[in-house]
Formats: sequence, C-alpha cells, structure tokens
Amino acid sequence: MSPEKLDLLQGTLDLMVLQTLTVMGSMHGYGIARRIEQVSADEVLLNQGTIYASLVRLEQRGWISSNWGTSDNNRKAKFYSITAAGRRQLVADARHWERLKDVMERVLTMDDSAEGADA
Amino acid sequence: MSETLRLLKRIWAFIRRRPLDADLEAELAAHLQMAIDDNIARGLSPSEARRIALISIGGMEQARYRHREVRGFMNLDILLQDLKYTLRKLWRDPSFTVVAGLILALAIGANIAVFSVVNTLLLRPLPFHNAQELVWIAPPPTKCGLSCATYSTDAYDEFRAGTRSYQDVTGYFAFSSAGNLSLNLGGAPIPATSIDVIQNFFQLLGVHAQMGRVFTPDDARNGAAPVVLLTHAWWKRQFNADPNIVGKTFDMNGQQTTVIGVLPASFDFGAVFAPGTKVDAITPLNLYGPPRDWGNIITMIGRMKPGVTLGQAVEEAARVAPHMCWNNKHPETCGDYKGAVVPVPLKDYISGKLRRSLVVLWCAVGAILLIACVNLSNLLLARAASRAKEFAMRGALGASRGRIVRQLLTESLVLSAIGAILGFMLAAVLVQWLAHQGAIALPLLSTLHLDGAALGWTVLIAVFAATIFGLVPGLRMAGGNVYESLKDAGPGATASRKHERIRSVLVVTEVALACMLLVGAGLLLRSFMNVLNVDLGFEPDRAAAIKVDYDANVPNDKDGSLSAQKLSVIFQQILSRVSALPGVEAAGVVDYLPLGQNRAWGLPFPKGVKRPKIDTGPLVYVISPGYMRAMGTSIRGRDFAWSDGPKSEQVVMINKSFAKFLAGYADWPNGDAVGHPLANGGGPDLHIVGVVDDVHEENVDGEAGWQIYYPMTQASPNGAELVVRTRMQPSAFAGSVLATLREMNPKQPAAEFKPIRMLVAHAVSGRQFFMLLVVSFATLGLLLAALGIYGVISYTVTRQTQEIGIRMALGASAGHVRRQILTATLRLALIGVVLGVGASIAGARLIAALLFGTSPWDVATYGSMAMLLLLIAALSGYIPAFRASRINPTVALRTN
Repeated sequence: MSPEKLDLLQGTLDLMVLQTLTVMGSMHGYGIARRIEQVSADEVLLNQGTIYASLVRLEQRGWISSNWGTSDNNRKAKFYSITAAGRRQLVADARHWERLKDVMERVLTMDDSAEGADA
Repeated sequence: MSETLRLLKRIWAFIRRRPLDADLEAELAAHLQMAIDDNIARGLSPSEARRIALISIGGMEQARYRHREVRGFMNLDILLQDLKYTLRKLWRDPSFTVVAGLILALAIGANIAVFSVVNTLLLRPLPFHNAQELVWIAPPPTKCGLSCATYSTDAYDEFRAGTRSYQDVTGYFAFSSAGNLSLNLGGAPIPATSIDVIQNFFQLLGVHAQMGRVFTPDDARNGAAPVVLLTHAWWKRQFNADPNIVGKTFDMNGQQTTVIGVLPASFDFGAVFAPGTKVDAITPLNLYGPPRDWGNIITMIGRMKPGVTLGQAVEEAARVAPHMCWNNKHPETCGDYKGAVVPVPLKDYISGKLRRSLVVLWCAVGAILLIACVNLSNLLLARAASRAKEFAMRGALGASRGRIVRQLLTESLVLSAIGAILGFMLAAVLVQWLAHQGAIALPLLSTLHLDGAALGWTVLIAVFAATIFGLVPGLRMAGGNVYESLKDAGPGATASRKHERIRSVLVVTEVALACMLLVGAGLLLRSFMNVLNVDLGFEPDRAAAIKVDYDANVPNDKDGSLSAQKLSVIFQQILSRVSALPGVEAAGVVDYLPLGQNRAWGLPFPKGVKRPKIDTGPLVYVISPGYMRAMGTSIRGRDFAWSDGPKSEQVVMINKSFAKFLAGYADWPNGDAVGHPLANGGGPDLHIVGVVDDVHEENVDGEAGWQIYYPMTQASPNGAELVVRTRMQPSAFAGSVLATLREMNPKQPAAEFKPIRMLVAHAVSGRQFFMLLVVSFATLGLLLAALGIYGVISYTVTRQTQEIGIRMALGASAGHVRRQILTATLRLALIGVVLGVGASIAGARLIAALLFGTSPWDVATYGSMAMLLLLIAALSGYIPAFRASRINPTVALRTN
C-alpha cells in the first residue's frame, strides 16, 4: 500500500480545477479528476465525485462555463472551460498560494538561532 | 458582488433543481462510463472495471449530496420533503390531526386574545402622541371620591403658571353625567353625553380633528358662541356621517351650537378616561365663567417637557401645591392642596389597577398553553409507539438521528402552525367581540385589535409550543434502540415501561396545572359571589332610574329661593304623577346615583366641637322626599318633606359611617346623631333628621365612605335622576314613566330607563369579566386534563390487553380489573392534585389582591376543586376501565 494520502485543504481543489482547465482547455469532469490524480501522482486523496461540487461552485461564481459535447470515445459529456474572470481569479489565487508556501517554508525551516534575538 | 450574484444563481438553481438533477445524473453516468472504459482498456474485467470506477468516484450518493449542497439550498429541500411527508402523514390520520389542531387552536387562540388585551392595556403606549410624557395629576387615593381627585379653577391656573416641568396642563370637567346634552332636531329631544374640556385639551394630547378644527382659546371665553366637537361614532350614528357637518348649527340644550369639527375614530374619550361609558360630544369649558366658584371640578392632565423625569415633575408639584388656593378670594383656603398634587403616568392611572388582574389572566392562559402542550406531547408519544418501527427502519437505512429529530420537529411545527392559524382566527373573533363590549368598565377595550405584535406573539408561542410538545417524543423516538424497536412485537410487549412513565409524568403535570387553574378560578368565582351578595345599602332589584329634564331657572332670583320653590313645585308634580302610575311603589329624585359620580362640599361638624384637621368631607347627594324609599335604603329618624323649604330650618340626613365618625367627637346621648345640629362653615346650621344605611357610592367591592343628603328644596341639585320602585320588572314601566314626564315637559329627552340592577352589573363588570375569563380557562384546562388522563389510561389498557386477558383467564373478575385500572387513574390524578394544591397554596399570594371576602387559602374552594378534579379523573378513567373489563380472554390471547 502507498503511504497515507494527503487530505485536500479547503479551497485547494477549486484552484487545481482552474489550473487544469487553463492548461488543458475544455475538459469534462472525469478528465479533470484524472488529470489532477495524474499530476499529483496519486498523492492526494481525491474522491472523484467531489469534483462536481467544485465545478458547480466555480460555475456559479462565473469562473468557468460549461456546455454539453462529445468525448474522444464518442460519449456525451459536459465540457467545462475557464472564463476570463476565472483566469484573473487563478492568478490571484496562485499568488496567494505562493505567498502562503513561502511563509510555511520559512516557518518550517526556522531554527533556534533566531530565538532570543529580541531583547 | 460576485457573492450576491452567486446567491441569485443558487436560488435559481434551487427553483430549477429537477432539470439540474437530471443534468447531474447524466454527467455522473458519463463519468462512470468513461472510468469503466478506461479501466477495461487497462485490461480489467468489466465487473472489476465497474467496481474500481465506483471506488474512485467515492460514492455516487455522496457526490450528488455534495453537489446539491453547493448548488442550491439543500436544507430547504429537506424541509420541503419533510413538510410533504408530514402533511401526508397528518392527512392519513385525520382524527389525530383534528384533535391536535383543535387543542392547539383553543390554547393558542386564548393566548393571542389575552395577549392583545395585555398589550392594549399594559404594554402598548396610550393612543396619544408621545404618550409617555402624559401624567395624571391627582391626590393619593382618598375616601371622598371625585371631589378630592379634582381641583378648582384657581388651583388649576396656579399650577399651570407655577410649574416649569410641563409643556402644558389641561383637564376636563369631572362631573358631567350621562345624558347631560339634549339635542333638539325638531322631534323629541335626543339625549347624548358631552364632556366639557379645557380648550387646550386636544393640543395637549396631540389629537387633531378629522374634519374642521379642535378648540381654540376663543371658544372658551366669556360670551363666546357655543361650539361643539362631535366624536366620530356620534357623527356617524346621529348625523349619518354628514361630510358637510362642520359649520352647521344645532339646538343643543336649548342653545344654537355650531359644530366646529369631528374627532378621529381613534379618539375615544370614554375608553381612556371613563371606561364603560360613551361620550358623544366635547364642549369647551369656560374657566372664567360660573365654574370659577364651583369648587373642585377639574381633573388635571399634564404633558411633561421632553427630558423631564417623573421624579422632577413630582418634586415640582409638591413645591407648587402649597401655593394653590381652593379659591383665591378666600386666602385661608391656600395650601389646602398641600400633599394632594401628585403626578402619575397617565397610563398607570388608567390601567395600573388592572395590572394584577392581567398578570393573573396571562398566567392562566400560559397554564392553558402548557396543558395543551403536555396533551400534545402525550398524543405524539402514543403515535410514537406505533411509529417506532418506521423510524427504526429509517435509522437502519442510514438516516442520522439528527435527521429523524428534524423530521419530528417539522411535524410538531406543522401541527403548531395549523393550531396557530386556527387560533389566530379564533382570537380575531374573540377580540372583535371584546372590542364591542361597551358595557364592560375596562379602559381602552374599544381600541382592542390584533396587530403586528399579536402576530409576532402568535409565531413566538407557536414555535415555543412546537418545541415543548415535540421535544420529548422526538428525543424518545430518535434515542430509541434500533434493534429493540425492530424486534418489538407491538402491543403486548413490555419494552415500553419507561415510555409509560414519561406519559404518567406528563399527565401528573397536566393535572397539577389544571388544579392550579381550577383553584384560582374557584377563588375568583367565590369572590364574585361575595361581591354580588354585598349589602349595597340599597335594593337594586325592581327599581330603575331615568334622567329628568327640568327648568328651575327664575330670572333675577338673588338668593335662589324662588328657583328652589319652582323646583319643589316641578318635582312634587312629577313625583305625585309618577307615584300614581299603577304598579309603582315609590318614586324619588337624586342628582347623583350611587356607583356613579359623586362630589363633596367640605366637612360639616357637630356644633360647638373643635374640628380636627381633616381635609376630606362626606359625599353630597341632593335628593327629594321619597328617594330613600324608592332606593330601598332604610332611614332612622324621618325622611325629608316638601315642607322643608328654603326658608325653614336646614335639614340633612347622614349615613351610619359619617354618624359614627361624628359621634366620636360630639357629646351625643347614645351616640345618636338624629336631632343634632351640625355647623356648616359659616352657613346656617344643618339639623340631622335621619341616619341612613351606608350606600356603596363608588364601587361594590370597596368600603362605603361618608355621605350626606340635602333636600333639593334647600340645596340646588346638579341634575335629576328619577328613581322608580315598582312591583314588577321595572322595564315594563319605561314607556309609561317617559310618557308622563313628556306630558309635563315636552322637552324631556327620550333618556334611557336604567334598571338600578344594571348600575350594579356595570360596577362589577370588570371583576366579572376577569372572573369569567379565568373560569372559562379553568374549564378548558379541566377538559384538556380529562382528555389527557383518558388518553393515557386507554393507551395503557390497549397495551395490556393480553396481560388483562391472561389475568381474567386465571380468574380475575371484571370488577377487579375495573377497580385496578381506576385505582391507577386515581393515583395519577391524586399525585397531580397534591402537587397542584401545593403550588396553588404557594402561589395564592398572586391573586390575593383580586379576591373579595375570600381567603386565598379558602379550604372549601381548595377542597371542592380537588374533589371536582378527582371526579373528572375518575370519569375519564372509567371509560377505558370499563372497556378493559369487557375484554374477552380468548380473543385477547389469540390476537398475538
């Protein structure tokens, strides 16, 4: 068995979906879920079904749009694509994540030399 | 911004949830199919491919659930489902729904109606602009009636000029009597009631005319043209709501009087200042005309300046009071009002006395609501027994406990809502009816209506009730052991001992509450009986009174003796004619009837005795010979005679209380006042010719004060009420008496022929109103308690059918079974009664102030109410007991 998978943090799935759609263009729910699983190399615990909650939330916010189409193997599926507002949101969210990542890095690499620096 | 947009989209999605669900279904199906395709492509068998695909989706149902949660309002969705389910359930069980709905409707309806009364009388401000600034200015309560609650015009002027806390001070003439205005439209004069107010009355209260204008200072000057304001009701009734009435002139009391305006419907003088009476017109009081010398005639109402506290107003009034004179021409009367000028909030004056009654009433309906809730709880528990399996099944299928409690609470809320809607309609009818009970002497009753507050209260108590009666069964049911419930084989099983204990506790609570209500109602009823039995000092049956119009005016009559002679002639004629009517036993005239208005004229005192410093004087009545006999008041000594004329010795009669008081100072043989003279502040001496019974002059349930009677031939009466004592029902004489009066005076208005009994009924109507309400609530409580007992016992019997069957098969007699069930019933009832009596004893202090001649711990009342309750309990237990004793052992044993 693989080591325990990571639980997804609140809101991270939305960001992953937006990024996936930016890179992949128009895509259906199954494709997005598979893509995230592949990229994360099966490190995150993703119930594929949860993607649909994320999709409807993003769509209601106007960050993605959807329409019915046909998949590669000729199956009728709902295809999602990112909107202009979605791209702006992605940039903002990505910046936010970068900052959070930096902060976490600094916090986690903190050593005791800083201790007592303040008088 | 985007969040608002999203909210709109969610609402839209909630509305379109059906097509969206279909969409999601298609999407999920495609997802599953694509996953299966991929897995097959990786070389898995079709069944394995499907299994893996489902695992990676992580549960289709969960996916749907999360999607819907984000998309629309799933809670609302669940609520709608629950509602639909509840309505279906209730529809299928109509007897339960009807009983529960009715119980709740009665309880909630009573609560809304009482809330409306409480709201109108206690909570809501008076129907005036910034009503919290208004104060009633009067001395602390005393024995001498209205005269001590009023001020002279000089005192009013001084107070108004000397105070700075008030925006203005106004008042009205306190001694107007019903029917004092006679409107002459050509035919028989029409009697009406008008009140004289100081010209700034309406400005001060902030009441504007609906049409025309209110009074100005010019209307109240000497020599001003007579004007009148019509009340809305009179304008509609008497003048057919004539839109052009303003400026028209009518003959009122023989004067051409101009209508200057119509008051709005929202202003009801009687409702605020004179409960139970009807005022038709308002006229301006000329402070600088004759009223100047009439003594204490004005009630005072002030409007405090914004920011002035009551404390400041009280302090200032106490400071100004010593400078106020009864009459500026008599400096020795200055300072008479010391300590007798105290402002209280107008609202307290109007409804303060009712606070206690209303609180009791509120408690009573609160108890009704609780009893109803307990009853409902019981009914729901009985249903729960039959539904236990349904819920166990739902639990087994994955419904969470919270979800089941939620479903049950929805059911309670739906029941409660049904009750609330019916209750609100019931309350609307009740309130409408109450608002038109003009004869009940309660203030503001005519302004009663259901408003937003009542609606809010309805919602509040409906939710409260639902929580109370839904919680116990809900927790019981949701907390049950799934396995036990599924296994439970229904009736005959013994798993529900705990269940039954809860129901017993509920019944005991119900009985205890009903017991408290009954005891309270019993005490009030007994008090009311005592009030009816009070010796009023007169005989109210077979007597009636009618207001008589007369004109005793004699021009250039310096000392009034010519006028007194004329009066004497008029009334001698009237009385001899009326007494001669067949069936009339006695007739007499008085200016103020008992249990109505009154006045005082100072304190006559035994001649030659130093008078103590006492401000209050006896109430004064001016009567004709024969009046005492007509009223049925007994005299020791002699009655007045027509020969007691203006030139002869001044004579008076006094009542026993006053005689006893005077005897404490005078040196009278045997303390007998008859035949002794009283000094009367500088005037001629008054010779006591008779001592009469104490008459209840202001109310039935109070103490009679001091009274003094003057003959109308020696003192001028303030109007005349002809009292006729008859051999049969007085109403039969109304026509002939009025016809006789008309014959002698065509101006005699068609005044009401009031049975004296009606005056008494009016005086006790407030007490009767509360008593009736509490008694009907107690009856309702008793009924509900009986229903509760019946429900529990018959439920127990049903459950124990088998057990009873076995016992009977083993030789228990029908009587034995009956006895056992009745014993169980009475045990429950007895515990309830003991608790209820205990609580009543502890809480009796609350109603002690409302009782009359009854101890709050009256053993007879407690005993009889406890017996009544036990009897009802036995009756409601007897029906199931009887059924149990008819159980056929073979049938009972075979049913399982």
